[in-house]
Amino acid sequence: MSLRDLRGRTAIVGVGTAGCGEAHGMSDLEILSQAAKAAVEDAGLAMKDMDGLCTANLNSAMWPLNVVECLGIRPKFVDGTNIGGAAFVAHQLPAMLALNAGLCDAVLVCYGSTQRTATFGRKERTAARNILDPNPFEGPYQPFNPPSSYALIAARHMYQYGTTRRHLAEVAVAARKWAQLNPEAFSRDPLDIDTVLKARMISDPFSAYDCCLVTDGAAAYVMTRADRAKDLKKKPVHILSNATAAWHRSVSGMRDLTVTPSKESGERAFAAAGLGPKDIDVVQIYDAFSINTILALEDLGFCGKGEGGPFVENGAIAPGGKLPVNTNGGGLSCVHPNMYGAFATIEAVRQLRGECGERQVKGAKTAVVNGNGGTAASSQSTSVLATAGAL
Amino acid sequence: MQTNEQGGAEARYQAALNEGRFSIQRCNDCHKHVFYPRVVCPHCGGASLAWVEPKGTGTVYSTTTVRRKPEAGGDYDVSLIDLDEGVRMMSRVEGVPPAEVKIGMRVRAKVVDNKGAGLVVFAAEEAK
Repeated sequence: MSLRDLRGRTAIVGVGTAGCGEAHGMSDLEILSQAAKAAVEDAGLAMKDMDGLCTANLNSAMWPLNVVECLGIRPKFVDGTNIGGAAFVAHQLPAMLALNAGLCDAVLVCYGSTQRTATFGRKERTAARNILDPNPFEGPYQPFNPPSSYALIAARHMYQYGTTRRHLAEVAVAARKWAQLNPEAFSRDPLDIDTVLKARMISDPFSAYDCCLVTDGAAAYVMTRADRAKDLKKKPVHILSNATAAWHRSVSGMRDLTVTPSKESGERAFAAAGLGPKDIDVVQIYDAFSINTILALEDLGFCGKGEGGPFVENGAIAPGGKLPVNTNGGGLSCVHPNMYGAFATIEAVRQLRGECGERQVKGAKTAVVNGNGGTAASSQSTSVLATAGAL
Repeated sequence: MQTNEQGGAEARYQAALNEGRFSIQRCNDCHKHVFYPRVVCPHCGGASLAWVEPKGTGTVYSTTTVRRKPEAGGDYDVSLIDLDEGVRMMSRVEGVPPAEVKIGMRVRAKVVDNKGAGLVVFAAEEAK
């Protein structure tokens, strides 16, 4: 079986989010449960129908066990792979294989984090990880990660291609303009380029607005085989392809700071889907930092290498621009609870269903989702999604 | 042959640094240099990696200034350095303000004491 053989044979049939922004007093597992329930009900299924599970968490090495116990499910297929925030896009391929091999009938992909409001939050987790999973060849230099690693990537891109801080700011402003059309987005205040440029610097060339939000949030979606999907409650969104590339852990292990794993995952995903960038109506890119959007647009082939800065100029990826990118507001302005991949997937599904209200991209039939993982564009996973009519 | 008494590659690298010596590896099979230290060559899969002393010279491949409050020590540099042997490492460039560290700058390694452990940092070649 090749990736091409799986084209369109799996669909996303239910999506749900919970606890986005601030979920005071709630645990990771509690908001994950709420999102899972919402996704299952959205599909018109019951929790007991979930006989496949894909999930991961930054604090827990055996997180699928926490989830099966809490939800009361006994899945026949479990994938707990954690390659960072790309995981919840990368979970699709093993789930597609398991579903189409008949190992299971419905896979629940789910995630939840209360990093913003939890007592054991971001600061404590970072300190613990430095002990449990040290990086002896970078740690002593105290990079403020993840911002510093992506800042090194951005600085090299600027040096090689003349990308400017203003180009990066265009990405942040476009994300904010989409967020202003999304009632569920966390940051909706007006934002302009000068404000981004003059904001507090974090790790050059990034100011605070080049960096993703730190919020709570949970997201879940349900996958089934296409033949079953057509009888369910909502219009199915078919997965034409999914491909993942994992290249390194640390920024010092990245061979060319201006080329990301999306170059490989995007080529494989587009080839299997039989589509190219020009066929795509809406793009959801994991924007951990402003540079991520520029790099993904280049590496997925929406523009040439080094042309990402000019490509995003003059509101080109903002509402009303030439390419709708991160229509929920992305990790920069909508939601970012440590790992965002499932949220990017869900926004693509909602766009292809036509459920996006004021921010709806009219007639959207195809979408690309590009997950990003790790502290240095370490792993990336690309999916091409389409409505039944665009199969 | 490397023995357990001498420690693994990481331990031996640090032990040498603690004595003020900066060493990297070179694969006896494919002859490429390797950093960080490993027990299996990431280029060819070979398991015979020799320790060599690098020239110590290199070029800044990328750089960022990490912003920190003055009371916590102020801003500092984090850079990626390409050694002339063809390997890359994270480090910092000392002796110039962080904002003056530039991509393409020629730098030279030195081993400094970091809380009792040896650490490789770099200085701008002109400023040595």
